[in-house]
Amino acid sequence: MDPIKVIEIKKSVFADNDQDAALLRKELKGKGVYLLNLMSSPGSGKTTTLIKTIGLLKDSLRIAVMEADIDSDVDAVKIREATGIRSIQLHTGGMCHLDAEMTRQGLDNVDMENLDLVILENVGNLVCPAEFDTGAVCNAMILSVPEGDDKPLKYPLMFSVCDMVVINKMDVLPYFDFDLDKCKKYIRLRNPKAQVIPVCAKTGEGVDVFAAWLLEQVKSWKQQ
Amino acid sequence: MHELGIVFYIIRDVKQAAGENGVTKVNAVVMNIGEVSTVVPEYLTDCWRWAADKEDLLRGSELKVNVTPAVSWCEDCHQEYPTVQYGKTCPFCASEHTFLRRGNEVEIKEIEVPND
Ligand SMILES: Nc1nc2c(ncn2[C@@H]2O[C@H](COP(=O)(O)OP(=O)(O)OP(=O)(O)O)[C@@H](O)[C@H]2O)c(=O)[nH]1
Ligand SMILES: [Mg+2]
Ligand SMILES: [Zn+2]
Repeated sequence: MDPIKVIEIKKSVFADNDQDAALLRKELKGKGVYLLNLMSSPGSGKTTTLIKTIGLLKDSLRIAVMEADIDSDVDAVKIREATGIRSIQLHTGGMCHLDAEMTRQGLDNVDMENLDLVILENVGNLVCPAEFDTGAVCNAMILSVPEGDDKPLKYPLMFSVCDMVVINKMDVLPYFDFDLDKCKKYIRLRNPKAQVIPVCAKTGEGVDVFAAWLLEQVKSWKQQ
Repeated sequence: MHELGIVFYIIRDVKQAAGENGVTKVNAVVMNIGEVSTVVPEYLTDCWRWAADKEDLLRGSELKVNVTPAVSWCEDCHQEYPTVQYGKTCPFCASEHTFLRRGNEVEIKEIEVPND
């Protein structure tokens, strides 16, 4: 007799997460809470953009923010102090991404009954968060000018899962050889549906366009 | 870091499969890892050693990795080509209307257990 027996499994390690995510999306729909998953590299301006965006939307929508970080709660505090809205910190316990289960645990702490929009600031990273469906209604990302216009070529998965790409730090364009048209072309290669909005989160320029897009997203999704 | 997260998923799934099959000891777990899955096999096996040895079921078990090739499909000339070599551009007709068919998978293929 062979000392070893083989048991076939044939299962994607992402299968359970995909299931959890689909379930969460259905629940959010039932509650009328729109979940936006915002991703980017570290420091490309997620928190700064969120603060400006929330300032523009908080009279029209009931918003909460979930900040995912490996450690620390500086971003959650920053959002709360700058905007006055509910913001909670999720710790990923050393993990480089959030999955649907961690997202659900976070949502259980924000009291979904009285909300229209929850924004999840994912861990700063262009690789791992793209692999894990969080259950969000929509994925958006921020690419900042200093990172370079070739990022859609180097991180194809991230760009293919995001339907909205905000290009931030447009104020520093003169100091970098970032080509916006080229970047848009690379983004569309990865995702023909993707919309691109250039902004400067520091001054708020262009953030109104992003905020208007988000408001429209939430409204039309609620009516569906 | 990414690999550690994946190792936790593998452990969860293997524990479940072991439970369903009445298995109490696993000798090896065999994975199919796509060439463009962004998972680095060496990191994965390093993380495996660290995490698996904390579990009675998996202590000392080996993580075997099969790297599966990435293949893209061209929608214009209807042919397959190797993704890693040519990327997004079809080598036959230079079209960019191409998409990945295989090579993104992170899959548990099978487990090897003592036959008793
Ligand atoms: N020049 C310039 N700097 C900006 C702009 N937006 C953000 N920054 C700066 O970039 C740095 C990082 O911004 P954050 O908003 O903290 O970026 P983040 O993506 O939330 O960072 P992590 O959460 O650490 O991943 C800060 O020093 C910001 O002041 C911009 O439009 N122009
Ligand atoms: Mg931040
Ligand atoms: Zn072709």
